[in-house]
Amino acid sequence: MADGIKDKVAILGMGCTRFGELWDKGAEDLIVEAFQEALADAGVEKKDIQAAWLGTCFEEVNVGKSGIPLANTLKMPFIPVTRVENFCATGTEAFRGACYAVAAGAYDLVLALGVEKLKDTGYGGLPDFGSVMGTKNRFLFPNMTAPGAFATMATRYFSRYGVAPEEGKAALARISVKSHHSGSLNPKAHLKKEITVEEALKSPVVAWPLGLYDCCGVSDGAACAIITRPDIARKLRPDPVLVKAVQISVSSMEELSFNEWDGTHIETTYRAGLKAYEEAGIKNPRKEISLMEVHDCFSITELVTYEDLQISPRGKATEDVESGFFDLSGPIPCQSDGGLKCFGHPIGASGLRMIYEVYKQLQGKAGPRQIRNPGMGITHNLGGVPYFSVAAVTILGN
Amino acid sequence: MVGITGYGVHIPWNRLDRRLIFGALGWFNAANAAYTRGEKAVASYDEDSLTMAVTAGLNCLGERERGKTAGLFLATTTPPYKERSVAAIAATALNLPAGVRSVDFNGSLKAGTGALLAGCEAVAENGGEVLVCAADCRLGKAGSAQEYLFGDCAVAFSVGKEDVAATFEGFYSTTHDFVDHRRLEGDLFDRTWEERWIREEGYAKLIPEVIAGLLQKYDLQIGDFAKLIFPCPFDRVQVAVAGKLGATRDQVSPALMAEVGDTGTAQPLLMLAAALEDAAPGDRLLVAGFGNGCDALIFRVTEEIKKIKGLSGFKAGLARKRQLASYEKYAGFRHLLDLETGIRGEQVAFTSFPVLWRERKSVLALCGVQCRRCGTPQFPYQRVCVNPRCGAVDEMDEYCFAGKKGSIFTYTADHLAFSPEPPAVYGIVDFAGGGRYWFDFTDFNLAGLQVGMPVALNFRRKYADLARGVYGYFWKAVPVLEQGVDLNG
Repeated sequence: MADGIKDKVAILGMGCTRFGELWDKGAEDLIVEAFQEALADAGVEKKDIQAAWLGTCFEEVNVGKSGIPLANTLKMPFIPVTRVENFCATGTEAFRGACYAVAAGAYDLVLALGVEKLKDTGYGGLPDFGSVMGTKNRFLFPNMTAPGAFATMATRYFSRYGVAPEEGKAALARISVKSHHSGSLNPKAHLKKEITVEEALKSPVVAWPLGLYDCCGVSDGAACAIITRPDIARKLRPDPVLVKAVQISVSSMEELSFNEWDGTHIETTYRAGLKAYEEAGIKNPRKEISLMEVHDCFSITELVTYEDLQISPRGKATEDVESGFFDLSGPIPCQSDGGLKCFGHPIGASGLRMIYEVYKQLQGKAGPRQIRNPGMGITHNLGGVPYFSVAAVTILGN
Repeated sequence: MVGITGYGVHIPWNRLDRRLIFGALGWFNAANAAYTRGEKAVASYDEDSLTMAVTAGLNCLGERERGKTAGLFLATTTPPYKERSVAAIAATALNLPAGVRSVDFNGSLKAGTGALLAGCEAVAENGGEVLVCAADCRLGKAGSAQEYLFGDCAVAFSVGKEDVAATFEGFYSTTHDFVDHRRLEGDLFDRTWEERWIREEGYAKLIPEVIAGLLQKYDLQIGDFAKLIFPCPFDRVQVAVAGKLGATRDQVSPALMAEVGDTGTAQPLLMLAAALEDAAPGDRLLVAGFGNGCDALIFRVTEEIKKIKGLSGFKAGLARKRQLASYEKYAGFRHLLDLETGIRGEQVAFTSFPVLWRERKSVLALCGVQCRRCGTPQFPYQRVCVNPRCGAVDEMDEYCFAGKKGSIFTYTADHLAFSPEPPAVYGIVDFAGGGRYWFDFTDFNLAGLQVGMPVALNFRRKYADLARGVYGYFWKAVPVLEQGVDLNG
């Protein structure tokens, strides 16, 4: 078996813009802001960057296809820039490309940057899926949206585990309340207000059983990482963060076409988690993980991710939610930066934003959200829908 | 011996109580109070004459082997495409063989009986089976009498030489340029002449004329018929015609105006289907169509009727209904109101016809494949088996999901997705015998939906791209009746 990339790659610097409905900023502005913060953080110059990976998803309302928008915006001429896209896991996909290039010895210092400008469409939610799923699937796929696709998992979860809808919605509300608390402590978050379980339960239904407060923010933003070898990183700063694992799992769509998937979990998350734990040498995630940033595009996604990443037993995640296990003050804080729910979800940037939070926490620089003595952090970035998805998991440590 | 071997009916789920029309528009034309009795069947926002014809055709054919079908004759005066054969789309959707002969019948309301007659003649001449469909979805202008009278419906008959349930015994036709109503190219609505003239010079004279011609041609008496089936939107005129013919009231088949409405080309065929539900072997039936002249056909019911009675979906279709809550909802469905869809609703991905041509079996006929090695049915078409433990490549046989029973694996009601009738409801369906896929749902009672509920797949209009002149079609899941009980009620 291959060795994997544990401890072969370090994060030297990171940048992340404020996320939100940034009507006065284009994707190019966001690229510049995230990159300048990362350069300052890493203590290197632009000319030191040898190659770059750009992650964007919806090119129609963003910077367009190819690597050129990054090279053009940052005026980074004639280096290799690769544009990647893997649905909402795009940000982690850009990070993975950059890590592999350094681990392979092809380059010493590279950039992974994710950006998305979503608020130029004229309506709420993500852009139309009919245009992004291929010319064939527009004939065959229902007229769906992301909240609807994930809501079907909540319907199934409640049905399978015999959870009354009111009871299930209350558990989901508890997840959002927790993330809003963390978001309120984060100056870069899109949504910075605390909410109550009662408010969440009273919010208008978006896609039954999910209400407004079960859905993440749709935001503009950018985040990036400068990646190098650990030996170089240690010369440049005392506290680089090491990559322990990067894994991606992509569905063959058997969940949707073969009758075995139970509809209450995300298979790619489970598989990517298994491989990441193996790569990082983690035997008991519930004991060894200090903090999590998971892809809480919807509250139900966060709930099943607790189970898929083997933190909570199957069907029992609601018990951990109720006990405060994932609260900022709990044993494994989840979404200490507010998560997609409150930090926001500019698609291409989200995977790198999660890594940014874990990076800051591991360096002890998370301000009022700082977790005491974190050891290893995990990020989980998910693209697609529950029945065909791309899951990306990273594990980071000192 | 040539005749009817099977039949299928599709009555749309929606009904509009005619008093609602009067409530909305009675102020504009108070004389329409005369038309407020009963209700009319209304195609849903995702139905048109094509989709209804396919559903009736599927009800008729069921899972029968399609290889025997040599022709598809489709009659409608409201084809969604003026050019692009609706019969050809229906033949593909019904998974009929490529060698089928398809013909579109239109131009007059007697196109329905015309197609049935042509079907009988084609089978007599060439053998095989012909599927005859008639469907209409006509619009009356807001505030017009036609808005009250017109209903939407589709009927299908299979005509063949084996297992004949009603033998075709003859016909007589007349042709007259009697302009009771008309529609110019580009017109959305029928224009009509004074109703008194249509009743007295039209129905009351031209129907007796064709029936008299038929009796004379075959030397028959009116008393030789168990049922006289002819369309007439005016009950009084129907009674008067019967009197003129020397027929009893019992002989005249009800026109179903209070239940369904005047369904155009489909009307005489709908009445024939209704009559077959109650017919006894030996009964002789006279079916007439009316529209710029008349057709009259004779059918003689055989013992075979006992085998196919009740399978058409006529009685179930009459029973399974929901009342539209308002006239405005009907007006929205039929685009009589220009509703604000929002920017999301305006977005339609372009349609590639080469893609549709390659994928026509999946898109239009809901055909997937079954793996020869592991037996797994799968949708859509795959070259590599989806079963993770199989691995077969190019070992697939065609497998059609259209007539298979399904059950709801999961679903949601989505208020963000654009829908002409929000919320958009969709989910995953598991098929009996294997196979799973996700579909839009339609014709459901939201509060009654449940995981595990049985569904059938219906051919529906998926989107309209009017800027590029395209209607897109696919299949949607509809909760079904079980043992006569609407589980979704």
